[in-house]
Amino acid sequence: MATQIYQAIVDGILVGGVYALMAVGLTLIFGVLDIINIAQGILVVLGAYLSYSLSGRLGIGLFVGLLVTVPAMFVLGVAIQWAFIRPLRGRERTSMTLLVTYAMALIIEGVLYRIYGPDDKQLSASYVTSSVHVLGFYLPYIYLLGFALAVVLVVALYLMLYRTRFGRSVRATMQDQTAARLIGIDTSRVAGFTFGIGVGVTAVGGMMYGATSGGFSPNSGYDLISRLLAIIILGGLGSIAGALVASVFMLTVVSLVDIWSPTWANAVFYAALVLVLVIRPTGFLGRQAVRAQ
Amino acid sequence: MTSEARRARLAAGARWSALAILAAAALLFPVVFPNPVATNYGIFALIFVTAASAWNVFSGFSGYISLGQAVFFGSGAYAVGIAARDWHVTGTAVFGLLPLAAAVGAAIAVPFGLVALRVRRHTFIVITIAVFFIFQLMAFNFSFTGGSSGLAAPFLAWPAATYNNPFYYIALACAVGIITLAWLIRRARFGLHLRAIRDDEDRARGLGVRAMRVKLAAFTLSGTVTGLIGGVWFLYLTQVEPQSGFDPLFDLSIVLMAFLGGLGTVAGPVLGALIIEPGQLYLTIRFTNGYYGEILLGAIFLVVVLFVPRGIIPTGGEWIRWLRTRGRSALPSAVPATEAKPEARDPARSGPHGGAG
Repeated sequence: MATQIYQAIVDGILVGGVYALMAVGLTLIFGVLDIINIAQGILVVLGAYLSYSLSGRLGIGLFVGLLVTVPAMFVLGVAIQWAFIRPLRGRERTSMTLLVTYAMALIIEGVLYRIYGPDDKQLSASYVTSSVHVLGFYLPYIYLLGFALAVVLVVALYLMLYRTRFGRSVRATMQDQTAARLIGIDTSRVAGFTFGIGVGVTAVGGMMYGATSGGFSPNSGYDLISRLLAIIILGGLGSIAGALVASVFMLTVVSLVDIWSPTWANAVFYAALVLVLVIRPTGFLGRQAVRAQ
Repeated sequence: MTSEARRARLAAGARWSALAILAAAALLFPVVFPNPVATNYGIFALIFVTAASAWNVFSGFSGYISLGQAVFFGSGAYAVGIAARDWHVTGTAVFGLLPLAAAVGAAIAVPFGLVALRVRRHTFIVITIAVFFIFQLMAFNFSFTGGSSGLAAPFLAWPAATYNNPFYYIALACAVGIITLAWLIRRARFGLHLRAIRDDEDRARGLGVRAMRVKLAAFTLSGTVTGLIGGVWFLYLTQVEPQSGFDPLFDLSIVLMAFLGGLGTVAGPVLGALIIEPGQLYLTIRFTNGYYGEILLGAIFLVVVLFVPRGIIPTGGEWIRWLRTRGRSALPSAVPATEAKPEARDPARSGPHGGAG
């Protein structure tokens, strides 16, 4: 039992790293554009299908394929933002952008159904099924590689945000749009790039999700987006550190509940969200914490 | 009598006669089109008129966008199904269970609202989505809900030719009930409080609006009516599964209907539902594989949000006003037209004449 629990915690942390990557994209988009991208879930699934096509049709390895899928998803994100998010202004913008991204999700889901059909697919490679035995834990290679990649990317995002000029303008936009514009930041360019980056990282998340979730279909987007939303709300909307903490925390909880009852693991996920928000409506690290950075 | 007053009386008369014609058309629809295929369209349209109006009474008036209405819809359906099964209710007596569906809707709305209404904007929307998924998971995993195979309604031994008619009139009664309620609320202090919350909740509280109480009352009313119509829907379809009772597309559809017609107006959600639901139904019958309908729904959504963002009723009302005044500002010329325009364009401030409710 004890080893089972330790194993569950290790699993939770490894999977949490992958979720952190997807959640950081979502929370970054929220922070800069003040919108919730409901399409993030289906974009992750789209990323998984892109990897599936590249590895299945062209025989390109999963990790090498990312060199193609990440830029492709980045461009897609910039295009979506330019065509559908940018024109929305005014009082109802919050709800409008939510509906627009929901509509995007529906369209992408429909297109994926049309192309790939409703059956479950899975990404396969030699390192997906094999695992390494360390200190009594079974660590699947794919999780280790994915976790490492997630850490590298999150660190890269962090460095970009805190060590570059562009990152400074992103953070300025997150704090105050108007003030950022007043000091000469091209906020619409920042918004476009941020949306692109947020969608681009879903390509990595999608590949990992496709390899580790034990089967995905166009329908998987709903489950994913509700998990990601729970994570970023729990972490505090717009807080990058919060998204990291909440991903690892939530996935560890899920992994632990999973030992006892796999069917209720998901319900615990949402119940934890509701519970935390009853106690602390701004989440773990709410907006105030972001402002203070 | 001034010409101004006469015109106002004429307009009121025209509105009432139009309403009377609409009511007569709705009442006579199954008589004129007795074909079950036609009444089927009518029933689904009315179910969604009710659901979209119920959504609008809370979300449209208060500005809190709920994406969890399917929680009430599905719970109403399951309440009727479980009660009929466990209490061995058969035949037409099942219609006596419909108040139970409404009561379950209300009983869920109160705790749901107490938790969710503490937060605003994005967080509120996400909480409603989360609660929705909790309910769908419960429907899948509890034993008393029948799991993934769902529940079936008791068999009604009615002739096929007129089977739909009672359902049509029940759905019509629900629709008329919620539309009347919405109309009354919009004119009452309650509706004013809700719209004050939508415009600026903190200021409304400062002016003495008991925001939580008002929001919770509207949310509960909305949940009650949605639960009731969920029960009707279940008895009509005679079955419910977790995916159909707790359907994310249901939430999205009613929001789209309200947005298309005009958020926060009384007639908007009705018009939106009458346009979208028959269209959606036609598509699902025409293309048995659902994805074309899905892509189309998404595409319509994008077009509506980008080109008619405030909905048909407010935009149409604006055009009519423009035609009537031939582009001249309706306001006295003391106010420069350029300054008056944003005022007239803002739906929130168009006051008593806004929304053509």
